[in-house]
Amino acid sequence: MSRALEIKNLTKTYENGFEALKGIDLVVDKGDFFALLGPNGAGKSTTIGILASLVRKTSGHVSILGHDIDTDFGRAKKLLGLVPQEFNFNIFEPVLEIVANQAGYYGIPRKLAYERAERYLKELRLWDKRFEQARNLSGGLKRRLMIARALVHRPELLILDEPTAGVDIEIRRSMWAFLREINAQGTTIILTTHYLEEAESLCRNIAIIDKGILIENTSMKKLLGKLQTDTYVLDLPAPHEAVSGLSGFSVNQIDSTTLEVEVGKDGDMNQLFSLLNERGINVSSIRTKTNRLEQLFVNLIESNQSDSP
Amino acid sequence: MTYLEQYIALKTIVTKEMLRFMRIWLQTILPPVITTALYFVIFGRLIGPKIGQMQGFNYIDYIVPGLIMMSVITNSYANVVSSFYGSKFQHNIEEMLVSPTPNYIILTGYVSGGVCRGLAVGASVTLVAWFFSDLNFAHTLVIISTVLLTAVLFSLAGLINAIYARSFDDISIVPTFVLTPLTYLGGIFYSIDMLPGFWQNASLANPILYMVNAFRYGFLGITDIPLFTSYCIIIGFIIGLFWFSLHLLNKGYGLRT
Repeated sequence: MSRALEIKNLTKTYENGFEALKGIDLVVDKGDFFALLGPNGAGKSTTIGILASLVRKTSGHVSILGHDIDTDFGRAKKLLGLVPQEFNFNIFEPVLEIVANQAGYYGIPRKLAYERAERYLKELRLWDKRFEQARNLSGGLKRRLMIARALVHRPELLILDEPTAGVDIEIRRSMWAFLREINAQGTTIILTTHYLEEAESLCRNIAIIDKGILIENTSMKKLLGKLQTDTYVLDLPAPHEAVSGLSGFSVNQIDSTTLEVEVGKDGDMNQLFSLLNERGINVSSIRTKTNRLEQLFVNLIESNQSDSP
Repeated sequence: MTYLEQYIALKTIVTKEMLRFMRIWLQTILPPVITTALYFVIFGRLIGPKIGQMQGFNYIDYIVPGLIMMSVITNSYANVVSSFYGSKFQHNIEEMLVSPTPNYIILTGYVSGGVCRGLAVGASVTLVAWFFSDLNFAHTLVIISTVLLTAVLFSLAGLINAIYARSFDDISIVPTFVLTPLTYLGGIFYSIDMLPGFWQNASLANPILYMVNAFRYGFLGITDIPLFTSYCIIIGFIIGLFWFSLHLLNKGYGLRT
């Protein structure tokens, strides 16, 4: 499989001496939906800034679909689309002009630019707002505008830096569906997000960065496989005091109608329900206590912090 | 990028810049026209007749070229400095920086926008001047070339100011404390022959003097400075400022961390 992105020993030290990246190696395959996660200040945005040529690297090599960003930056830039974390369009320009102008910066003729702008604005449900100044859009619409703008030159690698921050769940889910669709059409996507449910739901591979180093780089499946237990919250229709005797399961009773049960990786849920049945305890609903990836993420970051000098 | 793609990118930037200043014409085109009209009324009609003639011309006819040039200088500068700094401030300059558009196209695009506004204001002021004076076009080619080169020069200067600027204060300091004094002391309202020896020589260090005199030569056929010297100075400044602003863009000064 050919590579959409290859990063070798990437370092960045800012003028104030802060080492944002301490030698990152990363490969993203073509067609992948890849999550780049990390806490605030970990180095994600610096990495993305270097790929988009907004941040100058200190050392290392980066190539986008085989084009080195130092020696072949024109081609590398053409293949890359960026949805940045912060809104970075002219708020006084109309929506349609923002998207069509972006196409112009890639050398796309005006007529074709308007055709493509129409297509993406329609797909992202922004067409009705095409003559509105961008400042009049809601937060969710502004995020969608940035996606339309990033796609107008048809990049093969799309980087989204927290694209759904501050967006309500309905719009977020429609954006997920859209991103899945363009990924299915062949666009490689790298996503950073603080909504780990989003990364778990969308991405096939994942890298976690902390304090400028890569602390995990694997497939989502393998990473989630590392979880030893899952914690489930059980809601009971009738109150029960001091539930005990569920051998093989660790039970934490939150209140008379709520139980938290830890189930090991090899745990048998049927056995859990049998034990509850034997005690006459009915369950009205069940849910996982935390997002699984979130739990792993926290474990990894905490472990990295305790390892640090 | 191919040459055609570069041309499309340039056209996009220039069109965007032109639409920007035309959309807000009440702030960009009208005020300088009104200000200059007031100059014509006060210095030309009210005070002018009392001053009499300057180098054989009515005072109002003498100051018209300088006043047109002043509006071109301030507006070409103001357009680029405010537009480029505004793009930096809102971060929408990143739209161009992430694209394959070469830096010299970005530079040329912004400078062209500044030139367009400078010329639009210059043309409007010239139309107003027609009401107050008998406009004479002694050397049309000199008029066109001088106004064009001057607009380019001050657009480049505005770009450099915007690149260095870190706040909105920084984009008003240079026009207020450098550009305006140099313009007023650049021989718009008087001939440097009227100045004492020391100040005559000191005036020669003011680049605006060369532009105003070359422009006045285009209208009236008179100048304090040899035309060749004026062209050399203007073109020399343009080359120097173009190289410097391109160097800053290539280095990413104030744009890339």
